[in-house]
Amino acid sequence: MMHPILTLLVQRIALSLLLLLAVSVVIFVGTEILPGDVARVILGQGAPEQAVENLRAQMGLDRPATVRYFEWLFNALQGDFGVALSNRRDIATAIGQRLGNTMFLAAVAAAFAVPLAIFLGLLAVRYQNRWPDRLISGVTLTAISLPEFLLGYVIMYVFAVQLGWFPSVSSVHGGMSFWQKLNAVALPAMVLTLVVLAHMMRMTRAAILNVMQSAYIETAELKGLRKLTLIFRHAMPNAIAPIVNVVMINLAYLVVGVVVIEVVFVYPGMGQYLVDHVSRRDVPVVQACGLIFATVYIGLNLVADLVSILTNPRLRHPK
Amino acid sequence: MKGMPISAALGLFVTALFFLAAIFAPWIAPYSPTQIVGDLWEPSSREHWLGTDNLGRDLLTRMIYGGRTTIFVASAATLLSFTLGAILGFTAAVYGGWVDQVMSRANDLVMSIPTLIFALVVLSVMPVTIPILILVIGLLDSTRVFRLSRAVAVDINVMDYVEAARLRGEGQAWVIFREILPNALSPLVAELGLRFIFAILFISTLSFLGLGVQPPLADWGGIVRDNREGIVWGIPAALIPAFAIVTLSISVNLVADWMLNRTTSLKGGRGV
Amino acid sequence: MSRQRDKAPEGQPLLDVQNLRIEATIYEPGEPPRDAVIVDDVSFSLPRGKVLGLIGESGAGKSTIGLAALAYGRGGIRLTGGAIRLNGRDIRAARPGELRRLRGEEVTYVAQSAAAAFNPARRLMDQVTEATLVHGLMSEREAKARAVELFRVLKLPDPESFGRRYPHQVSGGQLQRAMTAMALCPKPDLVIFDEPTTALDVTTQIDVLAAIKNAIAETGVAALYITHDLAVVAQVSDDIMVLRHGKMVEYGPVQQIIEAPREEYTRALVSVRQIDHVEAPPSPEPLMVLQGITARYGSMTSDVLSDVSVDLHAGQTLALVGESGSGKSTVARVITGLLPPRAGTVRFEGRDLTPALKNRPREDLRQIQMIYQMADVAMNPRQTVRTIIGRPLEFYFGLRGRKRDQRVQELLDAIELGKGFADRYPAELSGGQKQRVCIARALAADPKLIICDEVTSALDPLVADGILKLLLDLQKREQVAYLFITHDIATVRAIADSIAVMYQGRVQRYGTKTQVLSPPFDDYTDLLLSSVPEMKLGWLEHVLATRKMESAGN
Repeated sequence: MMHPILTLLVQRIALSLLLLLAVSVVIFVGTEILPGDVARVILGQGAPEQAVENLRAQMGLDRPATVRYFEWLFNALQGDFGVALSNRRDIATAIGQRLGNTMFLAAVAAAFAVPLAIFLGLLAVRYQNRWPDRLISGVTLTAISLPEFLLGYVIMYVFAVQLGWFPSVSSVHGGMSFWQKLNAVALPAMVLTLVVLAHMMRMTRAAILNVMQSAYIETAELKGLRKLTLIFRHAMPNAIAPIVNVVMINLAYLVVGVVVIEVVFVYPGMGQYLVDHVSRRDVPVVQACGLIFATVYIGLNLVADLVSILTNPRLRHPK
Repeated sequence: MKGMPISAALGLFVTALFFLAAIFAPWIAPYSPTQIVGDLWEPSSREHWLGTDNLGRDLLTRMIYGGRTTIFVASAATLLSFTLGAILGFTAAVYGGWVDQVMSRANDLVMSIPTLIFALVVLSVMPVTIPILILVIGLLDSTRVFRLSRAVAVDINVMDYVEAARLRGEGQAWVIFREILPNALSPLVAELGLRFIFAILFISTLSFLGLGVQPPLADWGGIVRDNREGIVWGIPAALIPAFAIVTLSISVNLVADWMLNRTTSLKGGRGV
Repeated sequence: MSRQRDKAPEGQPLLDVQNLRIEATIYEPGEPPRDAVIVDDVSFSLPRGKVLGLIGESGAGKSTIGLAALAYGRGGIRLTGGAIRLNGRDIRAARPGELRRLRGEEVTYVAQSAAAAFNPARRLMDQVTEATLVHGLMSEREAKARAVELFRVLKLPDPESFGRRYPHQVSGGQLQRAMTAMALCPKPDLVIFDEPTTALDVTTQIDVLAAIKNAIAETGVAALYITHDLAVVAQVSDDIMVLRHGKMVEYGPVQQIIEAPREEYTRALVSVRQIDHVEAPPSPEPLMVLQGITARYGSMTSDVLSDVSVDLHAGQTLALVGESGSGKSTVARVITGLLPPRAGTVRFEGRDLTPALKNRPREDLRQIQMIYQMADVAMNPRQTVRTIIGRPLEFYFGLRGRKRDQRVQELLDAIELGKGFADRYPAELSGGQKQRVCIARALAADPKLIICDEVTSALDPLVADGILKLLLDLQKREQVAYLFITHDIATVRAIADSIAVMYQGRVQRYGTKTQVLSPPFDDYTDLLLSSVPEMKLGWLEHVLATRKMESAGN
């Protein structure tokens, strides 16, 4: 007999894998079956029939869709995404380096955003409904109302053009040192931080407030505990799960925000790569990128679920 | 409308201004949106209040026409997402059982792919036209509306007063339209505002990426794309749509917040 | 190791409250915030080692007064006037450091819902000894030993290892006792008990009550005991203060309050549920016959109801009594057709009712109406009283316009609400008025049977009394039969003609009221009957000495 918590974890992971499988079907169907004739769409309406035929054969479109799907899936599982239609380069190689860049950018942004959001969230709770709280709420509301790319240009305009502190274009390459890279991604990381900070801080504030309003916090207060003791002994153990949840959801959001920000700062990452190839209608690249983004997104959501299962005392100590 | 706070009234006023400008664009705009009227990136002047753009077109005119496109696409997408999402959500909640299961799981599946990524994947194989954009944004966004309206309706559906109506022998139509809908209306209307903002941001982002509204038609995201080269030279033309988008979103947000507060604080009764 | 406390000089009360005034800022939707007086001019004094009961309806300010003894106010509540002297000093003027010492060392608190008041993430022992250790009153070993001792006094199972459990691993009654142990552990001078047994089942309540009383006696602590149930407070208190709308109504020794109340309001509280109802004999031809009903919910693997058979006679009341989980509400779901039974039939006026709701003819639906426990959620908040009562008239009788409005007004008169109510929304009615409107809605269908599901348990005692009297009155006039589902034996005594006692999905005992309530009893009925607090001094000791079966909570 397995510990019930283990059963739950295994179930949750299996469910995510199943979801991922379904997502791969959706992406495949969305790109290969929906428009009816990918080859025609790629070449445009005016293309000669023979060219379309050739492309179709070259892409293997004359074979049944299910066969092509499983072939694509098994190759993808082994890290083989085929070659790009536009330049005949191996997709996996191209992605490898860009994925590293994207992860670097996202990690830098997260390293600033997560502690800052939790700190500001605590601050807003501490001064609930007084001016620090209102100020933070006002600023975050504005940040939420602004699309990422515009926030990017505003920051580029101020910090790169007017003040000249950082480069406006974030080019990185293998030969750069860690500090040079950090300097290069300073602005995009700042934008991403701002973008997720708003959501993360608001949700952290709500999560902590929810815990602080529980009856057991009042009990602790009526025991004559100091504020700090109260927060660390009684609020924190119960606030960890919701906060981790908030952080994970926002990291997932960050991964998507990266797509747009990379375009703004001409950063050589996955997002730039995806957007370029969408306009070129390079289906294999789009499929590969879509699958990777969805995997990261589902993975982060899975981590959030796992943490909340692991920290739930009811599940850890069953009756 | 009595007892409306100043913030909400202001929000409503500004939102109305934007919509009026969009509807009457040809009468308000000083120039034609495609006409080249000066040098590129002229600074603001008496003839050109906001200056000119990267091709020498009047920026104010482009902004007004751009707003027209953006607001039209966003409104149409919101209408689509709302009608579809709310109807399906209510259906799932009231019928329950396997109907609900199938619809909810399918919805979860679509929601597990980030919206922007999903849109990019679809747009890579579809012709980028205005109807397709409305369809893509509307359909993807309807998943959020579905989730909310289902949740709201499920909550109401288990209330004793709905059971009382069923025990009386009332039909499905009475239950949906007389018992559930009046109580679900306010949160849904508030959500309408938020979905509209989301649609504005979404279409702007797509246009910025070159996968939305295609030139020479103007829209706010496109104006940023056209003028972004200028930023490096210290020309802020690309930032102007930022103000329009922020002002509109905050205004709609203020109205939506007010609607939502009214529902959560007032458990039914007078009002709305 | 125990630190010396500033004790009040001999002969002075431990807690002395003079002219206490408490105000709160109330935020009503759509209105600017306003200040309201919650407690006004309340004075009392509590000697060391004595118990004072605070009693009143919801909104009487009794919990607020209790928390004021800890110099604590929930939400926007402020102590604005008077003096609260504890151990000889005014705690309203205390600095934060002094307040912390006061809370958890001199005064401790037992909340109504122990399930919410315990931190779900920490072991019981850590929480029970926390105040003692934080204030440095004992060493860790001493504190743990005391906790175990208290667990024993409070009759908790396996006292040595009880503290190693987490809150969700023990039952509600045990948790409530653990909370009492938590309050007593630091050897405080005063404990505030805030409705400690209200959330418990009736048979569990009596054990917890006895444990608390015993613990108070053994430790010699003084206590404020807050409750809405006069019969409960009479068992544990030395003095009682009756409160209403934040003001003191009557204050005196327990014997005087119970046996010779001076104020009209107190007299009403003492005589609550003493309605005279003459039992009617069963008729030869029952209105409804339940025959061998067995039922379970969709995915369950065991039956919620097994072989339930009872009769209900026209114009009479059958009471279904039992604790939560006994299946009594499921019987209502079977009769209304919401839950078709797995076996058995519902005969109504001599014919079998269709098992499922959706196939029943409208006439059958009209004959059986229902009134719910929570009147707030039983009415659509977006419909006026006119629509709520008028819809059945339209739906069943096709009444419209003036005729319908006239009938609505007649029904409003029948439930003693009168003019001016038809255009109100449910949110604009008080709790008792809401329940009356629900009664009117049921009456509008002119039914032969009304199912009343715990219709009075969410109401204050006096309001509940009014509803019961109204129901009896209507029964006499309209000859309607009631199936009355309740956990409250006192209510049953007041209105039933026949009684079915339910236990674990079965009918344990069934017959006319006199038969069911006369000995010899089976063990469960004995437990249930004896658990209902009576307005008598010494009742608790008497029951504990004579009852046959222990409650399931142990």
